[in-house]
Amino acid sequence: MTDVTAPAVATPRSQRPKGWYKRNEIAVTPWLFLIPGILFFSVYVIIPIFQSFYVSLFEWNGLGDIAEQGEFVGMQNYAELVGDRNFEISLWNNLKWLLLYLLAIPAGLFIALFLNQTVVGIRLYKSLFFFPFVISQVVVGLVFSWFYLPNVGLLNVILQFFGFESVNFLGDPDVATYAIIAAGLWPQTAYAMILYLTGLNAVDPEQIEAARLDGAKGHKMLWYVILPQLRPATFIAFVVTIIGALRSFDLISIMTNGGPFGSTRVLSFYMFEKALSEYGFRMGYGSAIAVVLFLIMLVFIGYFLYSMWRDEREARH
Amino acid sequence: MFPTPIEKRPRSAQITYQTLLPIALLMWLLPLIAVMMFSMRPLTDFTQGNYWGLPSSFEMFTNYGKVFFESDMPRYMWNSILITVPTVIGAVALSCMTGFALGIYRFNGNLLIFFMFIAGNFVPFQILMVPVRDLTVSAGLYDTKLGLVLFHIAFQTGFCTLFMRNFIRALPKELIEAARVEGVAEWRIFWFVVLPLMRPAIAALSVLIFTFIWNDYFWAIVLTQGPDAQPVTAGITSFNSQFVAQYHLMSAGSIVAALPPVLMFFLMQKHFIAGLTLGAVK
Repeated sequence: MTDVTAPAVATPRSQRPKGWYKRNEIAVTPWLFLIPGILFFSVYVIIPIFQSFYVSLFEWNGLGDIAEQGEFVGMQNYAELVGDRNFEISLWNNLKWLLLYLLAIPAGLFIALFLNQTVVGIRLYKSLFFFPFVISQVVVGLVFSWFYLPNVGLLNVILQFFGFESVNFLGDPDVATYAIIAAGLWPQTAYAMILYLTGLNAVDPEQIEAARLDGAKGHKMLWYVILPQLRPATFIAFVVTIIGALRSFDLISIMTNGGPFGSTRVLSFYMFEKALSEYGFRMGYGSAIAVVLFLIMLVFIGYFLYSMWRDEREARH
Repeated sequence: MFPTPIEKRPRSAQITYQTLLPIALLMWLLPLIAVMMFSMRPLTDFTQGNYWGLPSSFEMFTNYGKVFFESDMPRYMWNSILITVPTVIGAVALSCMTGFALGIYRFNGNLLIFFMFIAGNFVPFQILMVPVRDLTVSAGLYDTKLGLVLFHIAFQTGFCTLFMRNFIRALPKELIEAARVEGVAEWRIFWFVVLPLMRPAIAALSVLIFTFIWNDYFWAIVLTQGPDAQPVTAGITSFNSQFVAQYHLMSAGSIVAALPPVLMFFLMQKHFIAGLTLGAVK
């Protein structure tokens, strides 16, 4: 009679009655962990994007509540952009930044190939080549504005030594933007270099040996064997360079403040000028410029996300 | 290894390479070397036009002493520290959690949320400027360090989540499965199993975020003004207008402002580069 009943004391853990949380633990936990991050990110990043679209439909000086103090003007800010000469200049300069900034990628690859050796002290050389990237853009801007000083700056001293005329790099509207881009290329090249050095480190030595046996060398080897293996590094270099080019603001603000005669403005800088500097507090117009910049960026963001999504899908199979 | 290791090349190539290295480095760092030389000269050198000749006296200590004891520079530096350190802690903490949620669990919308973080991390600052400034002003946080810190934490969470999620993805799944079979609660898995394994990622992200935030200029001028809350990147412009044309002090000031991330980089080089090049190798 007693031997058939199972011992009632030692019920396994899993059969004990559970609370709601315990039953749904796997489904609920990720959301609990996500809430603070999503909350912060939505308030400061996601929602403001939409708010900027909204603000761009108003004429508003930033004081008080936009619904009360602002005046709804519809697409008028955008219509004004079309005829705005300064907007046009900024847009062209953005294009120059985009195209010329990409030079950082081949330049970085070149330096990486130069430094990818194992001689004594090479680690220190690599760090010192990389180190412009660590310095803030503000200081890079200052360093280069002194480097470019007419007559007394080191670059002009060197030019004059070789018999050239002194150039007022930042004072000449035809040259200034290129001079600033060159300053920006300095840290950006360092970044591309470090990406490629890491990539080169992971290149499959057996493939190189095999290609050598087949007689490949020099630029052929680089193009057909090495570069395909460096694709992940190249992709990241592209992403950071394009984002960096469209974000350029610090250097312009420090080196020329948009001048001479507004010739070095880019969209990010022009937007700031319109919305926050002495040129007036036109939040709506500034936001309209920001929206245009955002839409340009969105093309690239879309492409980046698509590539990443493709990789994700491949990783799953 | 590509290119061919120099030790396998003829002796002449080796010598050429060894001499080319320092020359190339010198040219690469030339603008910076010029500034360092500026910062060691006395003022009279500049007023007399002696920019590049031998300095008439060696004033390195006087110049840097002035920056540290007779200007607002130490205040700006202190502000930078008070902005940077809490941001690093906040962003890393938040992204450890989001990274854990997105890296470990499979649920509807996982990839969508992940891509939202990535996309947000790429947007131009200007599209956020007006609303964020408005939000900060109406919360009474304009021109405070806290206002800047809160925004930085939120924005950096995007990049940090990308980083952490990919790092956690690469951890061995069996560890978590094993813990679950043992009946370990999910939050305990996070705290006792995953978090200890994330130490290298936390170190790498911390140095990176430190550098990013220390070097931020745009948000510093949008959300703060004046020496009470401004970090050193924004402060350096007022410093420079205070010492206009005194190149010896301006150059010393900018070197001081640039130094903390540089130190961070040289001390934590391995982590720094591991962080920056994440994803550069498959």
